[in-house]
Amino acid sequence: MSKENSNFLIDGEKGKWEVVIGLEVHAQVTSNSKLFSGSSTKFGAEPNTQVSLVDSAFPGMLPVINEYCVKQAVKTGLGLNAKINPYSVFDRKNYFYADLPQGYQISQFKHPIVGEGEITLDLPNGSKKVGIERLHLEQDAGKSIHDLDPSNTFVDLNRSGVALMEIVSKPDMRSPDEVNAYVKKLRSIMRYLGTCDGNMQEGSLRADVNVSVRKEGDKKLGTRCEIKNVNSIKFMQMAIIYEAQRQVELLESGKTIDQETRLFDTKKNETRSMRSKEDAHDYRYFPDPDLLPLSLDKELIEKIKKDLPELPDQKKERFIKDYSLSAYEANVLVSEKEISDYFEEVVKTSDIKLAKNWIMGDFFASLNEKNISISESPVTAKKMAQLIDSISSGTISGRTAKEVFEIMKETGEEPNKIIESKGLQQKSDPKELEGIIDNVISENKDKVEQYKSGKDKLFGFFVGQVMKVSGGKANPQLVNDILKKKLK
Amino acid sequence: MSIDKDKIKHVSKLARISVDEKKIDGLTKDLTSIFKFIEQLNELNTEKVKPLSSILNEPLRSREDKIDDGKMRDKILENSPKKNEEFFVVPKVIE
Amino acid sequence: MSDITKKSLTEIIRLIKKKEIKSVEVTTSFIDNIKNDKKLNSFITNCNEQALEKAKSFDKNPKLDQLLPGVPIAVKDLFCTNGTKTTAGSKMLENFIPNYESTITNNLWNEGAFLLGKLNCDEYAMGSSNETSYFGNVMNPIAENTVPGGSSGGSASALAAELTPTTIGTDTGGSIRQPASFTGIVGLKPTYGLCSRWGIVAFASSLDQAGPMTKTVEDCALMLEAMAGFDKKDSTSINKKKENYSKNLTDNIKGLKIGIPKEYRVDGMPKEIDKLWESGKSLLKDAGAEIIDISLPNTKYALPTYYIVAPAEASSNLARYDGVKYGFRSSKGNNLIEMYENTRSEGFGDEVKRRILIGTYVLSSGYYDAYYIKAQKVRQLIKNDFDQSFKKVDAILTPSTPSAAFKIGEKKDDPISMYLNDIFTVPVNLAGIPAISIPAGFDQNKYPLGLQLIGNTLEEQKLLNIAFAAEKKINFKQDLNKWWEK
Repeated sequence: MSKENSNFLIDGEKGKWEVVIGLEVHAQVTSNSKLFSGSSTKFGAEPNTQVSLVDSAFPGMLPVINEYCVKQAVKTGLGLNAKINPYSVFDRKNYFYADLPQGYQISQFKHPIVGEGEITLDLPNGSKKVGIERLHLEQDAGKSIHDLDPSNTFVDLNRSGVALMEIVSKPDMRSPDEVNAYVKKLRSIMRYLGTCDGNMQEGSLRADVNVSVRKEGDKKLGTRCEIKNVNSIKFMQMAIIYEAQRQVELLESGKTIDQETRLFDTKKNETRSMRSKEDAHDYRYFPDPDLLPLSLDKELIEKIKKDLPELPDQKKERFIKDYSLSAYEANVLVSEKEISDYFEEVVKTSDIKLAKNWIMGDFFASLNEKNISISESPVTAKKMAQLIDSISSGTISGRTAKEVFEIMKETGEEPNKIIESKGLQQKSDPKELEGIIDNVISENKDKVEQYKSGKDKLFGFFVGQVMKVSGGKANPQLVNDILKKKLK
Repeated sequence: MSIDKDKIKHVSKLARISVDEKKIDGLTKDLTSIFKFIEQLNELNTEKVKPLSSILNEPLRSREDKIDDGKMRDKILENSPKKNEEFFVVPKVIE
Repeated sequence: MSDITKKSLTEIIRLIKKKEIKSVEVTTSFIDNIKNDKKLNSFITNCNEQALEKAKSFDKNPKLDQLLPGVPIAVKDLFCTNGTKTTAGSKMLENFIPNYESTITNNLWNEGAFLLGKLNCDEYAMGSSNETSYFGNVMNPIAENTVPGGSSGGSASALAAELTPTTIGTDTGGSIRQPASFTGIVGLKPTYGLCSRWGIVAFASSLDQAGPMTKTVEDCALMLEAMAGFDKKDSTSINKKKENYSKNLTDNIKGLKIGIPKEYRVDGMPKEIDKLWESGKSLLKDAGAEIIDISLPNTKYALPTYYIVAPAEASSNLARYDGVKYGFRSSKGNNLIEMYENTRSEGFGDEVKRRILIGTYVLSSGYYDAYYIKAQKVRQLIKNDFDQSFKKVDAILTPSTPSAAFKIGEKKDDPISMYLNDIFTVPVNLAGIPAISIPAGFDQNKYPLGLQLIGNTLEEQKLLNIAFAAEKKINFKQDLNKWWEK
């Protein structure tokens, strides 16, 4: 496990360049109500129906903090192996925009609730640790809709005041792949903890990407540019590649990089400078006088720590040990809590090897085919276990099971019922099979002679014949054993 | 600190207040005298003093994660300078 | 009954409870006086009709077991009142009608009172003479063309002129106590956090406090009792049990220690203020208190500290007035930024703009440490001074103001000389402690002068008792010739 095990480099005209990446992820906190008001946070509501007097900053309105959001931030910090700060302060970040009704955002500047931590990335060629700088709580802004009217902007404040966790990484990433792994891991941890649903299409997870470049081997950091509000991993990767190239070209032609904020244009696939944000840099942070400093009890932090669910990394280790899975298999099966829960329920009663193959194979394929989630699939863990048990017990063969699964995924019927109603049980009665085999042998005496004199390949013929006579239902293992004996 | 017209223009941009050219001289004079007044604080040595973090000696109180507000669109939009049934309406930003 | 409006609040309530007068009679008497408000200009909105309706319905079914049964009250136009225009003395909110009620006014209405009208004040509570209101200057009933003080100038003027039996104001740097001193009435700023700020147009969040303005200390105790109380919607509200300030009011202050801070004797202080202070000392001694010399070494830095902290907080609190959600929006401007700039330039008056600029400055990059942080450090020192003193004394006696009321226009051109009006009151807000101003004498022009008593955190009862005892000894009488009625 090395820190610099990535070999992603930009080939410039004059040499190779390393890309240095840091991410500021904004994750919407899973909670019923907003950070400082009692309005709902549910996605997709009619405009301005989840807005209170406090959210829309009427005269005399005051903030009161949501204790659950505080706990969620602490939980997330613990999941990032980070230091929880018992003393933190809420500051006002002052600027003007139509979707910022107060004219300031309540955030945390000098004293965030969570300090330094780290997470481990799962990469194809090993793992890598990425440092976390800090995590703080802040209010989300509302939404400005620019395209409903040619000369006006429409403002919806439903999102205004929803709790966000801003998670700042250290500039430890070196490639688009690492960024992919980082976001995936972060998302997975928060979904395991239930602190953020990580739904990027709904905007629950967005990132600002900081990119700089330096000559391969250089230790000093170059000037960075910030690409704001990228809402998919694919776009993050594209933006990083474009931006790194842009910076390399500038530097190689003798120019300098302006430290600036940029936007990623998803249509043109390029980054461009944001205009009129110069004044925005002076946010005039100061402690919000409508709030007091936040004090967290040691006992509270300990209790939250104790009650933490098992996190992906721990689960992965346990799966490898307890279920003899490979690192790759364990990664896949712990990537989402839903998946790991499903797997564990199945293997409570059923064969592990069959379970992992069926889940990672046919089951996942069925989800992708119908574009549904595990909870939406008619193949519940119980039914999957039943199917696997019917294979283990010899009731049906592996091939038959595939037929049964095809029906299960459409109808949700129980496998035992399907097997029963279609009469799919394997023939496993040795006496019955012996009878069939004896017939096959007596009808193919010439082939038996040929087999006995060395044509081993003919074994398959006999198996085939037995299968034909039995309508494909003969238990293959038994057929094998009995045939071998009888053809000696 | 000297207050000059440029500083005033910069600060008024931050505060989104446009200052009348005619009033700038008077404003400069007033702000200069006010700043001279408040700079008396430099007479005090406050190196070892911690800034007041809160006038109250209490911990920050919190509330339960209950939905007990919102759902009042009409009330919220009632006072809008530009009427609309669903949204607040403002002139476009030039991006 | 004649002269209802001359009576104290306590007396009016006593008569209502004894069924000797009806709420309609009381309300009508004050409405009659309000008819002559034109020259005083103390009202921005009057609610005569609604008040009369409320009085009638009270009289039909009088609930007498309340603190303020059937009492009409006009309040400073900084308190958001549901369905009634709330302007904060500004063009920005000229036509703003809140659809919610401030906690403080709600507390009053829950004790049987009802709204008589909204009183004029300095714009966004920024001023010491009620000369910055968009709705025009307020005059002090003591003499034509004199200022009533500010920012609760309308409240003080209306009360002194008998246009309301009692009222409430807000105090950020002296805005209750200074106008109380200038108009010859009683004004109290409670401990920070005792009264809820929810629904009050915010000026400086760590300094603002609502408080009663009344004819007598007894009235003041009653009003405070109705106003005070924990509000979970305000994170800076103190969670403590309610007290019965009026029931426990006593003038027995034997053995209490009164501190006299030497630093309050400023250079050039008018002789009559000094004399007043001395007379205050002796009458408290007479009442059984012990007079002790104390020192509040950082007093002179209070005003500069205030003029950094208050504008800083105000610059941020007033950012919400942007023409987007409510209030005034300029018709000029082709895009969002122009709309903001025009709205805020046209909507705010000069003093407000000046303070927003100062506040923006002292918070801005490069200046934050030198100004804002520095001020917060000095603020801590000022608080420490008081904490130390209250180990030795029960209350502190000072003059309320460095002079009596001045002429309208006299100090408008010099912001510093205007700010100096608050020199005795401002330290109290910085420390978050309670203080009361009671009328104590007159200057050579027969303009009233007040004495200020400062108490320790949450010791309002003790403070009121001392003020009660002093009031008895002073026996202040003010006979105003009602020039504004002519």
